[in-house]
Amino acid sequence: MSLAEQALPSGRPPSPFYTEEHEAFRSTVRRFVEREIMPHVDQWDEAEEFPRELFRKASAAGLMQLGFPEAYGGVPTDPFFGIVKAEEMARHGSGGLNASLNSHTIGSPPIAALGPEWMKRKVLPEVLAGEKISALAITEPSGGSDVANLRTTARREGDHYVVNGSKMFITSGMRADYYTVAVRTGGPGAGGVSLLLIERDREGFARSKLKKMGWWASDTAQLFFDNVRVPVENLIGEENRGFIGIMLNFNSERLGMSAGACGYAKVCLDEAIAYARERHTFGKPLIANQVVRHRLVDMAMRINAVKSTLELLAYRVGQGEKPVAEICMLKNLATSTMEFCANEAMQIFGGAGYLRGAKVERIYRETKVMSIGGGSTEIMKDLAARQMGL
Amino acid sequence: MKVLVAVKRVIDYNVKIRVKADNTGVETANVKMSMNPFDEIAVEEAIRMKEKGAATEVIAFSAGPAQCQETIRTALAMGADRGVLVQTDAELQPLAVAKLLKAVVDKEQPGLVIVGKQAIDDDSNQTGQMLAALLGWSVGTFANKLNVADGSVEVKREVDGGLENIKIKMPAVITTDLRLNEPRYASLPNIMKAKKKPIETLAPDALGVDVAPRLKTLKVEEPPKRKAGIKVKTVAELVEKLRNEAGVI
Repeated sequence: MSLAEQALPSGRPPSPFYTEEHEAFRSTVRRFVEREIMPHVDQWDEAEEFPRELFRKASAAGLMQLGFPEAYGGVPTDPFFGIVKAEEMARHGSGGLNASLNSHTIGSPPIAALGPEWMKRKVLPEVLAGEKISALAITEPSGGSDVANLRTTARREGDHYVVNGSKMFITSGMRADYYTVAVRTGGPGAGGVSLLLIERDREGFARSKLKKMGWWASDTAQLFFDNVRVPVENLIGEENRGFIGIMLNFNSERLGMSAGACGYAKVCLDEAIAYARERHTFGKPLIANQVVRHRLVDMAMRINAVKSTLELLAYRVGQGEKPVAEICMLKNLATSTMEFCANEAMQIFGGAGYLRGAKVERIYRETKVMSIGGGSTEIMKDLAARQMGL
Repeated sequence: MKVLVAVKRVIDYNVKIRVKADNTGVETANVKMSMNPFDEIAVEEAIRMKEKGAATEVIAFSAGPAQCQETIRTALAMGADRGVLVQTDAELQPLAVAKLLKAVVDKEQPGLVIVGKQAIDDDSNQTGQMLAALLGWSVGTFANKLNVADGSVEVKREVDGGLENIKIKMPAVITTDLRLNEPRYASLPNIMKAKKKPIETLAPDALGVDVAPRLKTLKVEEPPKRKAGIKVKTVAELVEKLRNEAGVI
């Protein structure tokens, strides 16, 4: 069967990257979003939370298991399943919901990659089934990307660590059951950092909710550890070797954020086109104005550029490569495209876009978290420059 | 007991249908195709029977071009065990599909055949009934609820006046209505597993079935565009317009 014929049934243009299984998964995610999320998403965003039940429902549809080992309840996939999921999940336009529902995609990979066997057997199946929530806690009030200088300490006392310190901007921070926490077990610098699994009910562990510009549906929190005793067996990987575990996450996190940003940008474009067709001013539809059509083309052009780069890099990652510099640049390209498209869409919507309830309004408020979280634009450039030997 | 379900590849329900420029049919090139929603309900019901232990195997049948494999694959991803595709590029009308289904039923000997009551493309609502007639089996159409017990099926049917309860002997043909169940998602693990499930491909000739159309389509046209509404000032004016212009009272 030729490539074009293969692409016909789903009505999508031919692509070397997507198979029948990707398209079947796309249908599942699309239906899940339409049935389980769309009818409630505005209400959930205003209420600043969504039902825990959604984790279980997402798992039943196979949205939680992507890329985790089969032995622990996962489904090994290529990166394109992740792109399909991010694109389709963007359609409801609530980044907060997506961030929180997927907090395990940053919280649990270190466990899968480096955790001891008992931990993989206990934690991963529960998390991938949507029964328990997993979160990652690296950033602190004193700094985020400067992981090597984190201040939360874990002092060894017999067969326990005693943890003291605080973590900031933690997605799913309020209601997670398992926290993958970066702590200092050794001397200064990257060589003194370890990863610990800390359960929510440990004594001396407290959390407080943060009010935010966007991502309202996410229960982002600050965490406090006051002499929290954690068994030594909760160590993820080797002592003082946690920095590697943290770095392992970054490529996939940034690829995922880029796919998300591309998805939200596309929602802005689709919403803007629909609105420009419907809205009449001075006796004609908005879209009849050349200036509006040009804005839409500029949005589409940038989205195409992001999508092309994203798919090529996903292919390379799928082949086992680690194109760090390119992924850093992709994240900047994707998040700046999302900012551009959200801004253009808001301008086309005019007053209607300034009202709550419009997807573009929400996405506009959620642009900054994308270009700051997961490594800010500036950090991405520094990292890319270093990788390029500049 | 084996259960055979028929799944038809149709234009996705979200797609805006366009009539071909030469008025011979509707445009299907570069259009998203999916499983007929009534057939999804049939698949779901069969899978539930298997989960409850009332069925041992669920076979998904489709007839049409090679791409119907994808529709069967969706049924496999929902939980059907294997597929049978009767592959042909010929135009298939309900009688031809019923004959193909009969040939496969003769071969597979299922205890139940579950099909959608109609497909959302041609809305024929004929295949299930024709199949039952060809087989000489009982038929329960427009099923709202099914209960299989002791060689018979209790069918709650959706009829014009409400619901009707009948009990029919097996083997039987069932056609599904919308409220029979809510079909599940094809979950990611099952999508991956479906890749490995077998699909047997047959040809109409090999089954000894003549699929030549018996009906001829003369012309396909867009429905007339809806005219803009008007406001009336009084009830009397409304009644007058309904009677003399709309002709509905």
